[in-house]
Amino acid sequence: MKLLITNAQVIDPFGGYEGAATILIEDGTIKSVAKNGKIKNHAGARVIDAAGMYVAPAFTDMHTHLREPGFEHKETIRTGTLAALKGGFATVCCMPNTNPVNDNPGTTEYILKKAAGEGSARVLPIGAITKGQRGEELAEMEMMLKAGCIAFSDDGRPVESPIIMRRALEYAKGLGTTIISHAEDLQLSSGGVMNEGLLSMTLGLKGSPSIAEEVMVFRDIALCGLTGGKLHIAHVSTKGSVDIIRRAKEQGIHVTAETCPHYFSITEEAVTGYNTNAKVNPPLRRPEDVEAIKDGLRDGVIDVIATDHAPHGKEEKTREFDAAPSGISGLETVLPLGLALVQGKTLSMMELIRKLTVNPAGILGIEAGGISEGREAHICIFHPEKEYEFRAGEMFSKGKNSPFDGWKLKGKTAWTILGEKVHEWA
Amino acid sequence: MPKVLLDNKEIDRALTRIGHEIIERNKGVEDLCLVGIQRGGVHLASRLAAKIAATEGLAKPIPMGSLDISFYRDDIRLRKHAVRRTEIPFPVEGRKIVLVDDVFFTGRSIRAALDAIMDLGRPAIIQLAVLVDRGHRELPIRADYAGKNVPTSMNETVQVLLEEEGFTEDRVVLVSPGEPEAGESGREEGAGA
Amino acid sequence: MLKSRHLLGIKDLQAEEIMLVLESASSFKDVLKRDIKKVPALRGRTVVNLFFEPSTRTRTSFELAAKRLSTDVVNFSAPSSSILKGETMLDTALTVEALGADIIIIRHASSGVPHMLSSHLKASVINAGDGTNEHPTQALLDAFTINEKKGGIKGLKVAIVGDILHSRVAKSNIYCLKKLGADVRLIGPATLLPGEFSALGTEIFCDMDEGLRDVDVVMMLRLQLERQGKGFFPSTMEYFSRWGLSKKRLELAKKDVIVMHPGPMNRGIEIASDVADGGNSVILEQVTNGLAVRMSVMFHLDERAGK
Repeated sequence: MKLLITNAQVIDPFGGYEGAATILIEDGTIKSVAKNGKIKNHAGARVIDAAGMYVAPAFTDMHTHLREPGFEHKETIRTGTLAALKGGFATVCCMPNTNPVNDNPGTTEYILKKAAGEGSARVLPIGAITKGQRGEELAEMEMMLKAGCIAFSDDGRPVESPIIMRRALEYAKGLGTTIISHAEDLQLSSGGVMNEGLLSMTLGLKGSPSIAEEVMVFRDIALCGLTGGKLHIAHVSTKGSVDIIRRAKEQGIHVTAETCPHYFSITEEAVTGYNTNAKVNPPLRRPEDVEAIKDGLRDGVIDVIATDHAPHGKEEKTREFDAAPSGISGLETVLPLGLALVQGKTLSMMELIRKLTVNPAGILGIEAGGISEGREAHICIFHPEKEYEFRAGEMFSKGKNSPFDGWKLKGKTAWTILGEKVHEWA
Repeated sequence: MPKVLLDNKEIDRALTRIGHEIIERNKGVEDLCLVGIQRGGVHLASRLAAKIAATEGLAKPIPMGSLDISFYRDDIRLRKHAVRRTEIPFPVEGRKIVLVDDVFFTGRSIRAALDAIMDLGRPAIIQLAVLVDRGHRELPIRADYAGKNVPTSMNETVQVLLEEEGFTEDRVVLVSPGEPEAGESGREEGAGA
Repeated sequence: MLKSRHLLGIKDLQAEEIMLVLESASSFKDVLKRDIKKVPALRGRTVVNLFFEPSTRTRTSFELAAKRLSTDVVNFSAPSSSILKGETMLDTALTVEALGADIIIIRHASSGVPHMLSSHLKASVINAGDGTNEHPTQALLDAFTINEKKGGIKGLKVAIVGDILHSRVAKSNIYCLKKLGADVRLIGPATLLPGEFSALGTEIFCDMDEGLRDVDVVMMLRLQLERQGKGFFPSTMEYFSRWGLSKKRLELAKKDVIVMHPGPMNRGIEIASDVADGGNSVILEQVTNGLAVRMSVMFHLDERAGK
């Protein structure tokens, strides 16, 4: 089967190319990328006219909660990967806080098998750092790597013990893999359900201070410096964290970092009215934090935009704010929220796509090819200007928990191509 | 311009006559007290109390109280303003009470006032004095004393404008639908009364 | 009339609405002094006390207030019934509504629960205390008491003392008193009184003696004893010596100062017995006024707003 993408405005950070091209795909593989518009052997091809749209490598989300096994009422591999595809992703890296926890090769294999059967997007599991994510004993990282894990994290929880974190970084270094830190000092966050400050006090909600994140970012970076391991800081949300990571990078410490769209799009104000869809961990912060996150993205201190896609069932979010689980269903809103950074001149289009493709792939050392001849087609085609009212209830994800429900968003995926699979979105 | 039903002289004459009638009907002022319904009725009650005292040559005015009927209304739509005080500084037990209101319309306010009085005790008799009776009764209640009977249509409004409420001169006016009202503080006896 | 069919917090009220409730409450207080302490104002309405957190005082006050308005009142203590069976809070509230409740009075240990439930219910919701957020009727009855005792609120110096951080009573009172023009000062240990509170237009004192100087009203808060041992203060003894209201300390305030407490009191911990029972104390009157104010609130809710 042949597929011809015409009138494409290609933006490919893998090859560093931004410009017009015609792309021919045959049986899921990119056959030719003609920058002069002259292309051969396209007779009989299905044509996608990409006029007015961007054609980019499909994205990689290095922070997704697919919830399977164990929490299928929140999301399944089937629904989560479909949501990913809709969002423009070809690859999602799923966090291990499932039930059972993905802390052993058997669970890793189960996830991969399930994904091979039901998944629309490529699924790469992230294994737990410690057994049961209890922070006590290291999980079998080597065996999980062999089974298919691509990094390790206890995400959802910090590795509280500094000595265990030190060992994890050392051990992972030997395996050439990355440790992803959920940076939170649980003593300092002490059950906080939103950012600590005047707003948390006036809403009567327990606050988690920025410092609860920052001291842990600092600790893990110090341990990374000590061990020479590879550390990636997940979901950076505060100005202080950005500053600490910036200094560490200047000192040559091997640390990378991600943030999520909600940390550069909205502030703690979104919680007003006890909106549990704006309850997320780390919590939404103040405007000055949002600005610092944008600075960090601009300066390259923050390498990656990840979703921290954390779907939950409706009845779980329709609860007391204190008792509702944290998380935002984020796979399907990354693109428009990211494009707002381009419109706001925080990032160039190339930089935005880089943080969604090359950078996460590079950190994880995974194949996630660009738009060049001979590669498997992983392509996202999107309208940069299309405006629409976003309705959370219409998402493919089972989790309809989005604080952006009802927002006017700009930018929409039109096609996602993954090998021989070609998805056109309404 | 709203039609003037009673001017200040006519209001005064009507009250003087009602005062006489009250004394006559009750054969004097023994056990007599006046209770004005908030808000226009209160001013009229105190004017009547003064007139009765003058007629009878009393050293001090006859006992007088004010009654707010908000808690006793059969519609709970009209909670626009704060509830006014009910101040009846005497026991109602065994008294002859003359309820005083400005405009007598459907009778529902009076029904509420009767219930309100009854919750305070058991008077010997309750009578009703009104300045204007505009008809359209919806309950079997009648006035014992009326200043003036005025035929009206349902959608008209009768306003009693008294000096105590800040008006320059006492007046009773008939406002037709669509006409500007005579004043913000003009007591309106419309739909809910 | 209030602008909403719910009373969720003082934060959302305007000064005129507060005054409306207070002025009418005087009339309800008169009713409570009569032989027949009941008016037919809300005859036929059904009020449900839906308490997810145990409370005898507030529940009884609401119950009696509702009865004085001739409503039918049902008490539904959720923790002991449905919640243990795994029913969600929303299902419980919807069940109560399906029974025909017109007004649902909600208390919950989590902030925001009345707000959340109100958006799912057709009935009126009155917040009877949610987590550490607000306790609006307590603030209204406190304002009523101050207004009655002092003949006004504007310009008064009011000190609120104790665990401000965790106190819904303090928060509602701060909003209420500020809206009515009082000069509000907060006194307490820094662990229980973060500096952010000054953003609400209050003055903050760690030193109680300094804070009490020349105040017209002292409002003491109940100290949650379980805070001790969590690092908020070292011991109840130290707490009393520094932030307890003793007779001697009260002399720093104006001579005609009134002393208030939302109850239940910890005698000897936040307030000395001779102060609680002394001539300046209006603590029991607060309880009486609570009835009148709660009647006034139920009476003035706009049943039709936002439907």
